[in-house]
Amino acid sequence: MPESNILPLKPKGRQEAGAGFLISVDALGYRRGGRSLLDAVSFELSRDPGITVLLGPNGAGKSLLLRLIGGLIRPDSGTIRFSPDFRGPIGMVFQKPVLLRRSVRANLLHALAIARIPRRERTGMLARLLVAADLTHCAESPARALSGGEQQRLAMARALVGDPGLLLLDEPTASLDPAATAAFEALVCKVAGEGARILLVTHDLHQARRIADDVLFLHKGRIFEHTPATTFFRAPASGEADAYCKGTLLT
Amino acid sequence: MLPGSQLMEIVALSLKVSVTAVLLAALIGIPLGALLAIRRFPGRTTLTVLVNALMGLPPVVVGLGLYLLLSRSGPLGVLQLLYTPTAMIIAQTILVTPVIASFSQQIFSDLHHEYDEMLRAMRASRWQTVLTLIHEARHALITAILAGLGRALSEIGAVMIVGGNINHATRVMTTAIALETSKGNLRLAVSLGLILLALSFAINLALHFLRSRLERAAHA
Ligand SMILES: Nc1ncnc2c1ncn2[C@@H]1O[C@H](COP(=O)(O)OP(=O)(O)OP(=O)(O)O)[C@@H](O)[C@H]1O
Ligand SMILES: [Mg+2]
Repeated sequence: MPESNILPLKPKGRQEAGAGFLISVDALGYRRGGRSLLDAVSFELSRDPGITVLLGPNGAGKSLLLRLIGGLIRPDSGTIRFSPDFRGPIGMVFQKPVLLRRSVRANLLHALAIARIPRRERTGMLARLLVAADLTHCAESPARALSGGEQQRLAMARALVGDPGLLLLDEPTASLDPAATAAFEALVCKVAGEGARILLVTHDLHQARRIADDVLFLHKGRIFEHTPATTFFRAPASGEADAYCKGTLLT
Repeated sequence: MLPGSQLMEIVALSLKVSVTAVLLAALIGIPLGALLAIRRFPGRTTLTVLVNALMGLPPVVVGLGLYLLLSRSGPLGVLQLLYTPTAMIIAQTILVTPVIASFSQQIFSDLHHEYDEMLRAMRASRWQTVLTLIHEARHALITAILAGLGRALSEIGAVMIVGGNINHATRVMTTAIALETSKGNLRLAVSLGLILLALSFAINLALHFLRSRLERAAHA
């Protein structure tokens, strides 16, 4: 594995193992107010590093699914299992960035402290994270005063703290300009290349085409398909996914 | 007319009593507010309602209650605290604690709601969570403390009853103003009144300054 000069990644053992799952989601159900928001959701994410793109219309349950996998909420039924050799934290970027009322630098230092990174290593990591998210020029600005795109990049930098084995990214490029989007995609591919598994929600089908290794399609709380990206974009197996890609899916 | 040094003595005692009471109230009220905001436990709703109700506690009633406890025949009479600054500090602590607790609860519950998932996603320990919230709340908590100080400094009912307005011992600005006015010593009453007013303005100015700083820092 090439030694990272951008991110504080340690070599991981898991990418050598070819077979088996990193995460296995089995018959997941989540209900609120008499509505079934997720229903019998089952899929596996391979332990090979790579990018899984989660597609689906508004209200499909994508954000819910990410929060369930991240352990922030509990399912009403079903299980989420991690492979025994899963290491490292789970990095999360929420659909709406939640930033502390502090400077960009202080937000990242806070995350490094929470992750119990030894004090003497923090300065170096901070600098690398600022470069990775292209935020060096506004390190001293209050995080809440950043533009929407800058806030998303800061949230991404923070999610990378502690060398996550899994990144859950909820529409991380929704408010990025094309250049920042391209830089973000390069960063995500790099992190994946260094051994992390990435589950990314997007409504940008071009982006999905560019970076996805496999595609999960969620609709009305149910998984309609989980296929390699090339297969999915050549011809989605389900009529719903096909309609979604053509912009004719009714929800 | 009182000599200047006596005026200073009265102002100093006022500040000593009220500032001490507010610091004690902050030590109790901030953790209490945080507890009510963050933890779920039986009786939490009752306690919240109680704290909010106690915010409007009439100072005279607190004074009277404390008087009954501390008077020579009362259950705490042996402590001989009646007509001492300590009794006045206790009275004002009782008055100010609910104010600070209630403000703190609001502050912490907003912040907790906002940051809970983020901090859990970062695997923050309970201790790290609490420290983060306190740090985020710092400006807002100072405004809560200053609001408490305003209530303590301007209150007369409780300090009059448990302090007794004894010259050189328990006379504070509010009780001195009441006394001098009733004696017809209006010049002194007015000058004390102006000092009290100036202090209260200064506190409110500080409040305003902090609040705008907070808003600028938060930018949200
Ligand atoms: N705590 C909750 N209580 C009740 N309903 C909820 C709750 N959380 C989410 N929902 C509902 O679940 C559905 C799925 O929400 P979710 O945020 O996962 O959608 P999404 O797929 O991320 O959509 P979008 O693309 O718009 O972000 C929505 O209809 C939402 O109203
Ligand atoms: Mg969503």
